[in-house]
Amino acid sequence: MATNTQIPVADRRVPVIAPGHTFSTITEKISNIVLSRPISLGWILGFLIVFSMMNMLMMALGYLFIKGTGIWGINIPIGWGFAIVNFVWWIGIGHAGTLISAILCLLRQTWRNSINRFAEAMTLFAVACAGIFPLAHTGRPWLAYWLFPYPNTMQYWPNFRSPLVWDVFAVSTYFTISLVFWFVGLIPDLASLRDRTENIWVQRIYGLLAMGWRGSARHWHRYETAYLLLAGLATPLVLSVHTVVSFDFAVGIVPGWHTTIFPPYFVAGAIYSGFAMVLCLAIPIRAIYGLKDFITERHLENAAKVMLATGLIVAYGYGMEAFMGWYSGSQFDSFLLWNRLHGPYRLLYMALLGCNIFIPQVLWLKKFRVSTGWLWLISFVVLVGMWLERFIIVVVSLSRDFLTSSWGQYYPTKWDWMTFAGTIGMFLTAMWLFVRILPMISIFELRTLLPESQVHEAAEVKQ
Amino acid sequence: MSDFSGNGPIYGLMAEFDSAQELVAAAHKTHEAGYQKIDAYSPFPIEGLAEAIGFHSNRVPLVVLIGGLIGGISAYALQYWVAVITYPVNVGGRPYHSWPSFIIVTFELTILFAGLSSAIGMIVLNGLPMPYHPVFNVPEFAKASENKFFLIVFSSDPKYDANRTRSFLTELAPRMVAEVPS
Repeated sequence: MATNTQIPVADRRVPVIAPGHTFSTITEKISNIVLSRPISLGWILGFLIVFSMMNMLMMALGYLFIKGTGIWGINIPIGWGFAIVNFVWWIGIGHAGTLISAILCLLRQTWRNSINRFAEAMTLFAVACAGIFPLAHTGRPWLAYWLFPYPNTMQYWPNFRSPLVWDVFAVSTYFTISLVFWFVGLIPDLASLRDRTENIWVQRIYGLLAMGWRGSARHWHRYETAYLLLAGLATPLVLSVHTVVSFDFAVGIVPGWHTTIFPPYFVAGAIYSGFAMVLCLAIPIRAIYGLKDFITERHLENAAKVMLATGLIVAYGYGMEAFMGWYSGSQFDSFLLWNRLHGPYRLLYMALLGCNIFIPQVLWLKKFRVSTGWLWLISFVVLVGMWLERFIIVVVSLSRDFLTSSWGQYYPTKWDWMTFAGTIGMFLTAMWLFVRILPMISIFELRTLLPESQVHEAAEVKQ
Repeated sequence: MSDFSGNGPIYGLMAEFDSAQELVAAAHKTHEAGYQKIDAYSPFPIEGLAEAIGFHSNRVPLVVLIGGLIGGISAYALQYWVAVITYPVNVGGRPYHSWPSFIIVTFELTILFAGLSSAIGMIVLNGLPMPYHPVFNVPEFAKASENKFFLIVFSSDPKYDANRTRSFLTELAPRMVAEVPS
């Protein structure tokens, strides 16, 4: 019935799922990580570290709420600082999750099936981290609901012509749709966990979340339609989110911000850093939890190729910025270029070029794409590089605008660093819990990758 | 318990299969034999299974279209009302109805409403949440979310007859046939 002869001869690459697996072994392997694997000392120690980092965030935010944003390094002219740098960085990281789950789903890239679940989780956690920054940056986060249009006794309404209001809608829609997409994908797997566990309370919790999913053909039919429509809706959404974020800059007239290349270049940069984060997480997770059968060399190589491609788009963006600095003839734009290369932040700009453009070029070589150690390191470098890119965009432009009298310099304080490191802690805490509480790989979508699941093809082979 | 009860204590007869191919073939035969009220259960979506049991009407796309339209129209209407009618702000004599600035929020809310209606529509049309269902009374059914495939003929089907339906299902060569108590 299910034999290897069904695999087309042309497809001799590393398979997306290691040979020898059946529906049961896939289910068992993934659900046992949640249901029966004992909690190791390493997990507890790691959790203590990341949880402490998250508590550092709580302290930093608590002090911020008492004292106000004066504890940060921001001041006029650099009023944005770390808050916006980190916001843009985290939002960008989220983009890979939606790209993998939605765009690759529409393009029928089946290799996505083993990495979409945790990439989507990564999206949610990254967007949650991102959301903290603009809220804290408002200065009075307890009044953040003023950003939403609602009838109020002050008789005021938000200004819908402002990119900052667009951002509120874009980011909150993005978070909601990502959450819905993730949850819809989880329903059948929650049912699998419900049916496999022996603990009555665990069964009740998963049962409650699975909502009584029983795998009826009618249900699957509607489910697949809904999932495909969600993918179709999330695709333009993910492209729009970083576009809107880039409007925060591009609509302003500050040199270095006021360019039309920002939307595509931001989206490419977002996917670039997002895939870097996917690799940074996937490489250790697949080793620790023995998932090399499902997250194979092919997945890592494909992710590396996406990184290389989006990295080149980002490089084109840098090139175009430099070209326009010269070609526009605007003295402010050409000064910005000069200032990036020779001004007080030149070392950061050089590091940015190294991290984002030069170092990742080694991914042209297969050796680096299949070596997990190198790939992890390059991904980490890209994450650093993309953070530097946001820093350069925000800080360098604001520090040197049109009048020399309004030039300034930005120095982050310890509270800035604690908040940033704290969100990394929060992100990792959520990941730490996620891998033990929910199936980190979509079980039912992996089942569909087995040749036995293809009714028509198998029938043809029989004949 | 009675062999003669078409409706009542027995919810239906369930047959268990080993593979997706067998399930689809069995579903086709059962539907062709004139059974209308049948259902099939599988651990993953199987192409053509819904058609095999005679299920064609899928209203999820319509729900999503309506949701998206409501989202888009209400978003634009809200912005128009705020910017033109209730809270007009004169910025250097520029028009109040500055529609290009309204596109983004309109787009985002279209996606938001369409996406939410897609998920909620799918769940509600499927009759979920339904934590209890008679099919869960069959102990083997726990494997329906792992590696086994099930076909059920509901006792409410006009052609249902405990003995004849059981022998019909047995002819399809399942692993087992079980009564589903309701």
